Amino acid sequence: MILNGVGLTIVLSFVAIGLGLVLATLMSALRSLAGSWAGYVVDAYVELMRNTPFLVQLFMIFFGLPQLGIRMNGIEASLLAMTLNLAAYATEIIRAGVDSIHKSQIEAGLALALSRRQVFQYVILQPAFARVWPALSSQFVLMMLASSICSFVSVQELSGTAAIIEADTFRSFETYIVVTGVYLVLALSLKLALNWLGRKIFPQVSGLARLSDAHGEAA
Amino acid sequence: MQTFGWPEAYFILRAASWTLALTAIAFVIGSIIGGVFAIMRLSRIKLLRRFAAGYILVVQSIPVLMVLFMSYYGLSAAGIELPPFLAASASLAIYASAYLAEIWRGSIESVPRQQWEASASLALTTPQQYRYVILPQALRISLPPTVGFLVQLVKNTSIVQVVGFVDLMRAGMLVNNATYQAFQIFTLVAAIYFAICFPLSRLSRHLEKVMNASRSH
Repeated sequence: MILNGVGLTIVLSFVAIGLGLVLATLMSALRSLAGSWAGYVVDAYVELMRNTPFLVQLFMIFFGLPQLGIRMNGIEASLLAMTLNLAAYATEIIRAGVDSIHKSQIEAGLALALSRRQVFQYVILQPAFARVWPALSSQFVLMMLASSICSFVSVQELSGTAAIIEADTFRSFETYIVVTGVYLVLALSLKLALNWLGRKIFPQVSGLARLSDAHGEAA
Repeated sequence: MQTFGWPEAYFILRAASWTLALTAIAFVIGSIIGGVFAIMRLSRIKLLRRFAAGYILVVQSIPVLMVLFMSYYGLSAAGIELPPFLAASASLAIYASAYLAEIWRGSIESVPRQQWEASASLALTTPQQYRYVILPQALRISLPPTVGFLVQLVKNTSIVQVVGFVDLMRAGMLVNNATYQAFQIFTLVAAIYFAICFPLSRLSRHLEKVMNASRSH
């Protein structure tokens, strides 16, 4: 039972992180390459998502969208909410990384006759990603923890199973202690895995000043 | 079957004051605990440092929802019945304390080392060094991220509806249960949260700019 819950928490988190990162990269590219109005749209989206609670976003999708004729089950709604939420935070983090790339770098890239797209990919995006990887990692962990809120739309992830076990056994304190311990193990493992991954993908940045935010941003 | 109209909107708006109250209480209590842990993290005594680091790591690695469940349902099973408002404030205060401790530790550490040395050479005791030299400077540095964290705290209050406390989120859900006009209701709820959080976000960013400008001497 708890194992099923753990599995769902992991699946939700991984899919949302993957999709959210792709979406964030696209939005960052839009901001950098497309016209200014596209940048405004992206900025508005990011501000809207970062200044409203994840729970409201989830309810908007799960309870609000059916009024417009779009129905989905709890898991689909959770995945969509998590992806959209993470994408907004990741876009903001990547933006900080992109802003930290010196103009001279871009000019150098263009002087080497790289196309705008190549400059964006090799001179801006990859070094930016490398610098903000620690901040992105914290955001991923926070998203994994925020997935506990998906139990509110009756998704049987880790917190959802906790509520059921508690109702069955009436041993609430033990149940919550165990489940909290599982979250702790999940979060610490994820942190370690992301650090390792960062060292693997971006080996050349160890010497660079890494940007990380101390903002404890949560969904 | 009610319809969603002015009385319902007013009911939701009024519940927003509970969201603000909860944020304020959690922030004040969280600040006190967080301040103690921040100083412990920088203590010369290894055990204190370890303990504070452990506390921060654990709280930052578990969902706030679990802290809330443990303090509300868990304790009641152990015979301690906390009223919803108390369980909610306590959980959010614990959550806030870990993040604030981390923010403030960073702020204290970014006060130049020479400030410690200079104040030590004036024969100030450690508490005096903190009080007169280090903390006033650390406070300035910590302002932008602290205000930024307030946004997270306001948003996180939304989960306390699960223990039956009627905050902004719960009010929205209650109206939704009566009217089934989720789209309009949650748009309003989101708009109120946005109206609280967005100015704080902007303030945090503005403070950061001001600080950076004043530091680049």
